[in-house]
Amino acid sequence: MQFAVLMGFVLAAASPLLHRWFADRTSLVLALFPALLAAWLFSQAPLVVEQGTLLFEWAWVPSLGISLSFLLDGLSLLFALLITVIGTCVLVYAGSYLKGHSGLVRFHIALIAFMVSMLGLVMADGLLTLFIFWELTSVTSYLLIGFNHNDIEARKSARQGLFVTFGGGLALMAGLTLLGVASGSWSLAEIRAMEGDLREHALYTPMLLCLLLGAFTKSAQFPFHFWLPNAMAAPTPVSAYLHSATMVKAGIYLLARLHSELGGTPLWVGLLSVVGAFTMLTGAFLAIQHTNIKKLLAYSTIMALGTLTMLLGVGSEYALTAFVTFLLAHSLYKGALFMVAGILDHETGTKDVTAMGGLRPLMPVTAVIAMVAALSLAGVPPLFGFIGKELMLEAVTGAERFSLLMTLFAFVAACLTIAVAAIIALRPFFGKRHQTPRVPHEAPLGMLVGPALLAVSSLALGIVPAVLGGNALLSAAAGAVGSAPVEVTLSLWYGINVPLIMSLVSLGVGYWLFTRWDGLRARLAVLAPVMRRGPEAGYEAGLNAIVRFAEWQTRVLQNGYMRNYIMVMLLILVALIGNSILVRHSPILAFEFDVRFHEAMVVGTMAMGALFATIARSRLGAVVSVGIMGFSIALTFILFSAPDLGITQLLVETLTVILLVLVLFRLPRFSSLSTGLERVRDGAVAASVGTLMCLLILTGWSIEQFEPISTYMVENSAPLAHGRNIVNVILVDYRALDTLGEMFVLALAAVGVIAMLKLRHAGSEKGADKQSGDKSGGDKQGGARKTIDQEGITQEARHG
Amino acid sequence: MVKSGTIILNTAARFLMPLQLLFSVFLLLRGHDEPGGGFIAGLVAAGGFTLYLFAFGVSATKEVLRMVDPRDLIGLGLLLGMISVVPAWFMGQPFLTAQWWTIPGIEFKASTPLIFDIGVYLAVLGSVMGMVMWLMEVDKDEP
Repeated sequence: MQFAVLMGFVLAAASPLLHRWFADRTSLVLALFPALLAAWLFSQAPLVVEQGTLLFEWAWVPSLGISLSFLLDGLSLLFALLITVIGTCVLVYAGSYLKGHSGLVRFHIALIAFMVSMLGLVMADGLLTLFIFWELTSVTSYLLIGFNHNDIEARKSARQGLFVTFGGGLALMAGLTLLGVASGSWSLAEIRAMEGDLREHALYTPMLLCLLLGAFTKSAQFPFHFWLPNAMAAPTPVSAYLHSATMVKAGIYLLARLHSELGGTPLWVGLLSVVGAFTMLTGAFLAIQHTNIKKLLAYSTIMALGTLTMLLGVGSEYALTAFVTFLLAHSLYKGALFMVAGILDHETGTKDVTAMGGLRPLMPVTAVIAMVAALSLAGVPPLFGFIGKELMLEAVTGAERFSLLMTLFAFVAACLTIAVAAIIALRPFFGKRHQTPRVPHEAPLGMLVGPALLAVSSLALGIVPAVLGGNALLSAAAGAVGSAPVEVTLSLWYGINVPLIMSLVSLGVGYWLFTRWDGLRARLAVLAPVMRRGPEAGYEAGLNAIVRFAEWQTRVLQNGYMRNYIMVMLLILVALIGNSILVRHSPILAFEFDVRFHEAMVVGTMAMGALFATIARSRLGAVVSVGIMGFSIALTFILFSAPDLGITQLLVETLTVILLVLVLFRLPRFSSLSTGLERVRDGAVAASVGTLMCLLILTGWSIEQFEPISTYMVENSAPLAHGRNIVNVILVDYRALDTLGEMFVLALAAVGVIAMLKLRHAGSEKGADKQSGDKSGGDKQGGARKTIDQEGITQEARHG
Repeated sequence: MVKSGTIILNTAARFLMPLQLLFSVFLLLRGHDEPGGGFIAGLVAAGGFTLYLFAFGVSATKEVLRMVDPRDLIGLGLLLGMISVVPAWFMGQPFLTAQWWTIPGIEFKASTPLIFDIGVYLAVLGSVMGMVMWLMEVDKDEP
């Protein structure tokens, strides 16, 4: 399974190549990938139903308990099937929708990458794995919302979606870390199997709040709902896939996943029920104010996401059954409706439903698909959406807490949703023909297959819920959410009860609202000033405040003088180390003074080099003096039998001198030298840093708190790592990950240097800027090498 | 700043550069057991090229490098570093576990740490060469 996900990323990278071979049919070829995965998942379904959870383990960093393990239980399977099946439909659809679009290649890369990220998210067993895939879906969503990157609105919306979901992602990371610490395990399967109750843990409240913040932002719960309608700037296949069927449900997935461990407390029930119910109502209420068909659908998606959150808050067996049913139903009809919206937009050239009308004779197939899907959205029998809504109402009326509030909200939301469904299904297809920017005709086959398949599934699952083992799958899914097995048997007829009556009444009210829609919208327009003060205004204000703060602190801290930067860094170092070594501990100065003559000579040369560097009257002189000091240090290494460090130091020193000369050669001679007072100040800072470092090293030398790791390294270097040069073995084997990181630092520094040097060429910058740029560039790469050096030194010192 | 150097420098550079390159490869390969290794070897090689650069200038050095842009070397180095991490997965071991193979016939010990070290070598060489060359190019453009 991990292999499939990793292959997906390879496929995403290779899709430009496929595009060269298959041109317009690339989408169809790519669609084979999710289709195959879906087939494999279907084949695993009986096993999952039978065994509960399948684990696919793959060790990653076993010493830290981190693994790339996937789990497949009912919940994951349901999500994974939705992702792959709807993914197949969307890819086929997109092939026609974006036919001939220059960005199709880009689109494929991001969409496939999203698909596998999402699969990874819903199947991840490790908490950190889950987090990584979570963030990957945010990134790919950002790329897809900003697909039309020439459009400023699209860019703004993409950034908004990214900021909101990444902000939540930070909270999620904190929450998952707390969960890992509290439970002592980083594996979801282990946490689930664990004895003891996390709800009584001291960290429960902060952990839950962080996790909920992550889930609510991702799943567009109030007050974070505003990014989702804006995300409709994405091409419609993306809206159908990411922003209705899959990605926005990632937060819901997380809540469902954690429900059996963290759910059921008053905090959980209260927050989820109330936030969910409020989101549901807000979504439904805001939906009918829009005439843009994609915005209508987006707000109705918010309504559905609110419903799902609310059902998890209720958490009874009924609620969980309703949860999985509603989840499946919503993905099917909303995916289909979005694709219909895309067809309408594509064929008529407008997204405004009031500008469409009488399209039924021209687009009969689309009309039928729209009708079926909208009936499911409205919750009319015999469609699957009806079962979902019945179960939801049943769960809400039977809830232990907030029952009245939720029932009321659910009823109002149901009426409004029916109006929305009617607007989408009736308005464009019936009534008078309107002039549209394009002359509409029936969509090509590629665009009809996907939504047709989803609409037919809505119908089939409604009429025979047991078809395709729907009951068994949903039972497994509901069982995975709850802590005890749940038996789901769906049917259209539960007898005459409160939910049925509510459904019937809401149908009437909803249709009445639909007939009055135009007048209603005009009246609701009065609310516009209030709406502008919604959470989105808060987001804008927050963003502006951050930008202003950044500007302010940049002005204060980044004043452009490198001497000031260095001074600040050194003073902070003095403060921190000084506090630690002089105030909190006391320095230890126990060492034997046993220096031989040649050693004293080397130290003397070093000191002379340093001294001359400070009083040199030309830059070249200063550089050479510093070089002398460096070579003396190299000599010290060699005297104390660390040849590797000696060689490295020599080479680095040589190249540093060369680089410095290249840079300094073009600077003017020293023109203004430091005043006496400044010299005293600089001298004091330098002396205090030097003294403190000296104290630190001497103290560190005489304290041995742990057994030095160097013993292990020395003993195992030859037998385990097959190398006798320990420094090299440390670099390429023991600490290869560190070295890899340092290689990237080095490469980044080089990229930084080239950017500064090459930009000069294009440059409109002034001479002074260029030079300071060069200087800090030279320093940066020096710093990168020094990192490697210093690590080498400390390692040498430890085992020396 | 660089006016191609004196006869002595030119002649020396012509002979020293190949020697230094050879020496760097020697350092690279023996690094696991004796003093040496990718980082040091990369610096030595960069030193060789820098010497040549000082003697003959940027365009001549570019010719010696035969279209190999230092940036490509950096990329290749990072790629090798990443690749050397992977084989352990296929052996069912955690990521980054060193793998050793002895090539029969010449009894040469090939290993992922060696591949990794070559990656370090190339990244270091590419970075240093790049920075020196770009700085020299800037010099050249100066009036």
